[in-house]
Amino acid sequence: MNAVPPARTRGSHAEVTTADRMRNARRVGFATIVIREFSRIMRIWGQTLVPPVITATLYFIIFGNLIGGRIGQMGGYSYLQYIAPGLIMMSVITNSYGNVVSSFFGAKFGRHIEELLVSPLPNWLIVLGYVAGGVLRGLLVGLIVTIIALFFTHLHVEHWFVVIAAVLLTSVVFSLGGFVNAVFAKNFDQITFVPTFILTPMTYLGGVFYSISMLPEWAQTVSKANPILYMVNAFRYGFLGHADVDVGFSFTIMVVFVLALFAACVMLMNRGTGIRE
Amino acid sequence: MQALSLRQLCKTYKNGVQALKGIDLDVEEGDFFALLGPNGAGKSTAIGIVSSLVNKTSGTVEVFGHSIDTDLEAAKSCLGVVPQEINFNQFEKVSTILLNQAGFYGIPRTIARERMEYWLNQLQLWDKREAISRSLSGGMKRRLMIARALIHEPQLLILDEPTAGVDIEVRRSMWEFLRRINDQGTTIILTTHYLEEAETLCRHIAIIDEGRIIENDRMSTVLRKLHTETFVLNLRAPLRAPISLPGYGMAMVDDTTIEVEVNKEQNLNDIFAALSSVGGEVVSMRNKANRLEELFMRLVEGRDVASGQPAAGPSDAKPAAAQQVGA
Repeated sequence: MNAVPPARTRGSHAEVTTADRMRNARRVGFATIVIREFSRIMRIWGQTLVPPVITATLYFIIFGNLIGGRIGQMGGYSYLQYIAPGLIMMSVITNSYGNVVSSFFGAKFGRHIEELLVSPLPNWLIVLGYVAGGVLRGLLVGLIVTIIALFFTHLHVEHWFVVIAAVLLTSVVFSLGGFVNAVFAKNFDQITFVPTFILTPMTYLGGVFYSISMLPEWAQTVSKANPILYMVNAFRYGFLGHADVDVGFSFTIMVVFVLALFAACVMLMNRGTGIRE
Repeated sequence: MQALSLRQLCKTYKNGVQALKGIDLDVEEGDFFALLGPNGAGKSTAIGIVSSLVNKTSGTVEVFGHSIDTDLEAAKSCLGVVPQEINFNQFEKVSTILLNQAGFYGIPRTIARERMEYWLNQLQLWDKREAISRSLSGGMKRRLMIARALIHEPQLLILDEPTAGVDIEVRRSMWEFLRRINDQGTTIILTTHYLEEAETLCRHIAIIDEGRIIENDRMSTVLRKLHTETFVLNLRAPLRAPISLPGYGMAMVDDTTIEVEVNKEQNLNDIFAALSSVGGEVVSMRNKANRLEELFMRLVEGRDVASGQPAAGPSDAKPAAAQQVGA
């Protein structure tokens, strides 16, 4: 191996204060995690971007065109217009969750999570980096599904801010949820258990395909215990100006989930649950 | 300045195993330090705690004066770790692994690229920068982990068995490389099962066994404590008659090979004379094990090396038990 010149002389940093240096280091570290996550999404696009496109297209063809025509109007809109926001949100939820759970668990399984754990990046920033990756994929897939929806129906946006805030907060909630799942998971079965047996039923029963006003009283009460109902309805309100639940309350639920899950993720990282012995 | 300071470091795993039982250890800045011990002695646990991969049960750890309890980010910034097992993403390119690691340490891309080129050239991996890391050979993967640990140019480099499984040529070139970066000021802590490696490279040594430090001193001082060495003598032809040499531990390995245990007060001339008297002609001679290996085995077997009493060798053959051997 070649000769080594004096260490710590190559590309040294300019004179800055410790606080500035730490802030810059954190900014670079966060950007590195986000770029790495985005590269991963694009590298395995066949697993990350193509399946939701196929699924959404099938939903629009079957529920929108074939069955939807026979259902008639719902809440004053065509069935396809009514379910389009729900289908977009469903893609955002599953992809935000799926990205973080598979990426973080993959890093645990392959042990390259140690690259981050030995680095000086604080745990809250590592959590934020993975969440940003999940949000990126969620929004990317959501955008693609929206474009597909436009091939089948006209989408009118009533409240842009509500649409953007609802999709962002929902994506963050499920990215954080995926992180918690990945922290506790010990094998690949455990990262598919929650999406298959909890997330999918909750999404289907969260008002994606129907208005809960169609349900009997007791079923409406049960449905209101499902947080996904509030997310889907807030998003739908942004498009149609119509929701089954109070939109302000929906946003409160989302913010509470974001704060609680973020605190849980940072606490799990600090304790080293699932990643440190 | 202490590069690393451990005080009363304890670790008890959830299954009740006490991996570390209150170890104290100081490594001076600029040192090349060997941390040795049998499998399961607690070496990797200690390194894991220092590098934040294992939670300690109690005790304190300081890296260049930065406590991992109160100043973790600064402590981690001073540290580079080369783990025992491959722990990079095997689906990523070599360059991506290094640039990402630099990013995690807050090094901007432009500087990271300069350093990547420098360290990959140093470790003869520049040509492989676009290769997927999974496709690298075992030795290249080890060198990639060293480049990754050096990308932020740490003051303290910890290597956990860095040459395990690499061929002798790569191992020797790694030794040269590590010696040079140590000469340039990087403090190095090394764990290894190749005791020749520790004896060749390191100035200080600590031996850890069953969670306790049982030896911690300068390498030369530790080696002086070795009172007995075992030599293997090869004879040209079988002996004509048995030899008897009171005070010396001798054992026949086969017709033409003898193991002799010699302590500091004895000399090899007596053995050669005794062999000559029965027609024995020694054609070659070597140490049975390297000196550090011999000392290590005695320490971990609980022998009192300082007493100067003959002790059993590292193998099943115990020459001390046999003072008379037959042809």
